[in-house]
Amino acid sequence: MSLRDFGPNELMFLLLATRWTILLALIAFAGGGLIGLIVAAIRVAPARPLRWLAAGYIQFFMGTPILIQLFMAYYGSSFLGYRPDPWVAAAVTFSLNGGAFFGEIFRGAIEAIPKGQWEAATALGFRFVRTLRLVIIPQAARLMLPPTVGFMVQIVKTTSIASLIGLTELARAATQVNTVTFQPVMVFGIVSIIYFALCWPLSLYASYLERRFATGMTRKVENPLVMSAV
Amino acid sequence: MQTALQFGPILVHLDLLLRGLGKTIQLAALSILFGTAIGVLGAVGRSFGPRFVSWIIAAYVELIRNTPLLIQLYFVFFSLPLFGFKLSSNTAAVVALSIHLGAYGTEILRAGIEAIPEGQIEAAKSLGLSRYRIIRHVMLVPAASAVYPSLSAQFILQIMGTSIVGAIAAEELTAVANNLVMQTFRSFEVYIIIAVIYFVLVQAASLLFAGIGKLMFRWKV
Repeated sequence: MSLRDFGPNELMFLLLATRWTILLALIAFAGGGLIGLIVAAIRVAPARPLRWLAAGYIQFFMGTPILIQLFMAYYGSSFLGYRPDPWVAAAVTFSLNGGAFFGEIFRGAIEAIPKGQWEAATALGFRFVRTLRLVIIPQAARLMLPPTVGFMVQIVKTTSIASLIGLTELARAATQVNTVTFQPVMVFGIVSIIYFALCWPLSLYASYLERRFATGMTRKVENPLVMSAV
Repeated sequence: MQTALQFGPILVHLDLLLRGLGKTIQLAALSILFGTAIGVLGAVGRSFGPRFVSWIIAAYVELIRNTPLLIQLYFVFFSLPLFGFKLSSNTAAVVALSIHLGAYGTEILRAGIEAIPEGQIEAAKSLGLSRYRIIRHVMLVPAASAVYPSLSAQFILQIMGTSIVGAIAAEELTAVANNLVMQTFRSFEVYIIIAVIYFVLVQAASLLFAGIGKLMFRWKV
């Protein structure tokens, strides 16, 4: 007993909702990448308490479901006397969560750079941040690239859970269309195709990069999340 | 603005929390079991099956890995009843989670199989081992032990992934949390408690998987 059939309007509605998925993914990528860089730098910093702090941050965000983190940001922040917009909650949660994963990816790449590079920089009188910025990161960037692109796939897929706090992106648009048309095979089939079209090129690019950089590399940087739930 | 955290009003519902935790563990355990079975079949079919089987499995893996679990869950939950399969939300959750893990399991195990040196297989052949024995003892077991760390990492992610099945009204831990928020209006405290429970569960599962790995692959240097 559907209210209406799945037609061009419904398809258009889904396609238009896709831009919010893309926007959210871009925000999460930028925010997560930035936080990840800082977290990775702190993780290899000389000061031990700082390293522990960063490790705790990573432990929390990698050791609890992102959905709980999202609910905490959205519903939980009323404790602080304000109820954020779903967009703010999603942007903050995905950035902080992505920051933990990116932090681990970047740290892996930084630690793959031979110790001698650090020693050489020290011998030249470089301090920590300078060494990182001018000597280590430029070399580590090559190693970071494949897992970073791989993690982008993860981010695009994860944005779907923002629908559960009421943000109307692709996944929520899908449930809305399904409710009025009651053609789940059609609706979720098409939505799967849209997600696939967003993710597959990234996946292919990631594995291309992995193959390309596989030769002549000191050691492979493990992506903590080549695979992931959600 | 509330002034202090109050965990009391939530902890009186400990029975609900524990029931939710039990459901989460049950969903995770069942889907890990079935998902791993799918993964083993998938990896064997992908590596040793006829070409068209290999292609179908590759398509399955790529499709699942490039779409969100939430959409897979909705697809299973809303579509299967149309084809005459009446599913409870728990069954739908187990089906979707197993199919999801199966794809990652297939890919992880296949990578392990492909990493077996050609010489090992030739050595086994020259010793006169049967095809079945070569696949089982020379390829699958060493492959499994090589990829066990990745596989158990995936299992951990699966445990956390069960949190979204509340979206189709399966009554696991996250769904219990949302009910408690509505009852007590203490959202921050509820989610802190739930986060702690998941965190402990994940750490315990990591230890468990590490222990199982040591027992199963102890002969490995």
